[in-house]
Amino acid sequence: MLNIENLHAELEDDAEVKILKGVSLTVNPGEVHAIMGPNGSGKSTLSYVLSGRDGYEVTEGSATLDGADLLEMEPEERAAAGLFLAFQYPVEIPGVGNMTFLRTAVNAQRKARGQEELSAGEFLKIIRAKAKELQIDADMLKRPVNVGFSGGEKKRNEILQMAMLEPKMCILDETDSGLDVDAMKLVADGVNALRDAGRSFLVITHYQRLLNHIKPDVVHIMSEGRIIKTGGPELALEVEENGYGDLLAEAGA
Amino acid sequence: MMPRAKLKAQKIDAAEARLAPLILPKGGAWITAARKDAQARLLQMGLPSKRDEYWKYTDPRRLIADQAEAGALHDTGGETPVFDCIDRVKLVFVDGVFDAAASDAPELAGVEICQLAQAAQSDLHWARDLYGKLEARGQAPVERSLASFNTAYATQGVLIRATGKAEKPVSLIYTRSAENADAMLHHVIRVEAGAELTLLENGPCAARFNQVIEADIAAGATLHHVRAQGRDHERAGAVHIFAALGAGAQLKSFTLTANGALIRNEAVIWLDGEDGSAHIAGATVGDGAFHHDDTVFITHAAPRCESRQVFKKVLRHGAVGVFQGKILVEQPAQLTDGYQISQSLLLDENAQFLAKPELEIYADDVKCSHGSTSGEIDPSQLFYLRARGVSEDDAKLLLVLAFLAEALEEIGDPALAEDLRSRLEGWLKRHS
Repeated sequence: MLNIENLHAELEDDAEVKILKGVSLTVNPGEVHAIMGPNGSGKSTLSYVLSGRDGYEVTEGSATLDGADLLEMEPEERAAAGLFLAFQYPVEIPGVGNMTFLRTAVNAQRKARGQEELSAGEFLKIIRAKAKELQIDADMLKRPVNVGFSGGEKKRNEILQMAMLEPKMCILDETDSGLDVDAMKLVADGVNALRDAGRSFLVITHYQRLLNHIKPDVVHIMSEGRIIKTGGPELALEVEENGYGDLLAEAGA
Repeated sequence: MMPRAKLKAQKIDAAEARLAPLILPKGGAWITAARKDAQARLLQMGLPSKRDEYWKYTDPRRLIADQAEAGALHDTGGETPVFDCIDRVKLVFVDGVFDAAASDAPELAGVEICQLAQAAQSDLHWARDLYGKLEARGQAPVERSLASFNTAYATQGVLIRATGKAEKPVSLIYTRSAENADAMLHHVIRVEAGAELTLLENGPCAARFNQVIEADIAAGATLHHVRAQGRDHERAGAVHIFAALGAGAQLKSFTLTANGALIRNEAVIWLDGEDGSAHIAGATVGDGAFHHDDTVFITHAAPRCESRQVFKKVLRHGAVGVFQGKILVEQPAQLTDGYQISQSLLLDENAQFLAKPELEIYADDVKCSHGSTSGEIDPSQLFYLRARGVSEDDAKLLLVLAFLAEALEEIGDPALAEDLRSRLEGWLKRHS
């Protein structure tokens, strides 16, 4: 599914700031991987570089999705190829209705994949069902994208987009940040409902608590632009217990 | 800086020189009196100068020159004209001259429609109480002498009096046939107490145009005004609407401007009665040699009135947008609710937006806010849309239309709003 090899990236405006210093990992179909690490370790940058945000220069290495070179694609092509990033800070777009936004996105991807666009009626039927599961009411669908949404509403809206777009590879960037326990559970349930043999997840988080709800198959610890340790779910518990200090010391970081 | 007296003398000299070859049009007693008064006002004020503070951002020379500059006619390529989807009474002006053959019969229940050219022949007409009167009132505190010029010399226009709720809009259509036509139109609208009228205007009008609307909106009456100013590039125009609102009266005026070398739209509004409401809005798109100026002056003279000014401009390739907007709250106008926003979206580094928002408040219990911004497409919004699979071009289009949406929301009728939104979308696609 997702194959990252020796990925190096720096800030486009300042080549001195090297953020990714050789990241390698492979996520197989149906797997859930978690990336944990202290602040500033490069976790969010990895998600931006994979999704194609401006401002970063890849200097070495590769990232492929089902063999296709992600780094050569525009952000919208990556999305059409099946990559999805749930943003840490979902962007507010005044003047664009949430429903219009979702329908435009769904149909743009369908068009890019050579599928027929959904009619207004078909779309409405699908979105109503999915919104209900995430406790997103009709008002939230009508309002401008993320404008005036609470932290929890924004994150649920991200998961709704994921559910509508049905990507193959989902990257969740700090999806738990700013959520209370109930909101986190709702978001996690939304993610778990999407788990299947053909869909993979890369869950980026600072804390272990989200991983109680979204059970990972593999846990990576990232520090200073590299993955310093990879293990099973027990690795996340170790972080919860002892913090990052011991792991970093062990890795000589 | 030039001394005030010398500037004034120059402006008066310019007016005398400009009027010398012109003859005041002949007509009945009422209009002759109004024209003479207007001519006297003009000669006392002089023509505008680019040294006037009020013309700081827009050079009026092309508007006051002896001759109109010729401009190519725009080929619409068979595109459906604006408002074609709306059932309305159409009155067509070609190069600023009424074309009866191309127009509908001026018949609409509860509405009296008469051509200025015809009314001017009689010695008495209801328009006598309004023609030139609101324009004259609008000469203080700022002089708008191009409007006096219009009152004195216009021979074309329409006089509309609504006494009931008009069942369909009156639609003024301005087409062009000559490349160098110089048009002058003067309309008078009277909406009687409790009546309701929708006035539509669309089309490029002429190579140069000077238009005045005087609107008297009586107590409890409503005037909806929606206009689209055509697409021809090489045009220059000065447009004024003077509107006085009685108690509980409502005015909604929206203007779409796309293209034009120099277009100045002025709105001068008086909220004279309690609980009146005036919304003046505009959406502007300009690419290249385009200079567009919205100048708005709203006076709150009575308590509990509400006013909104919402202006949005999308500019690229050297296009220039100007906004001068003022809310004046007079001492009796307690509990005024005034709002003003002017924003530009600059699609490249060459485009320019100049804004002068002003508040002048003499009442002590009022709510007034104003804001003006100028910016580019937000890169984080663009990335968010692209990350969801929307192409860069489509994402930009969506964001630009979202930017314009607040102005379009000021159009009361959803069918009219959708018609103009789709025109803006078409323009943006052609200019992406």
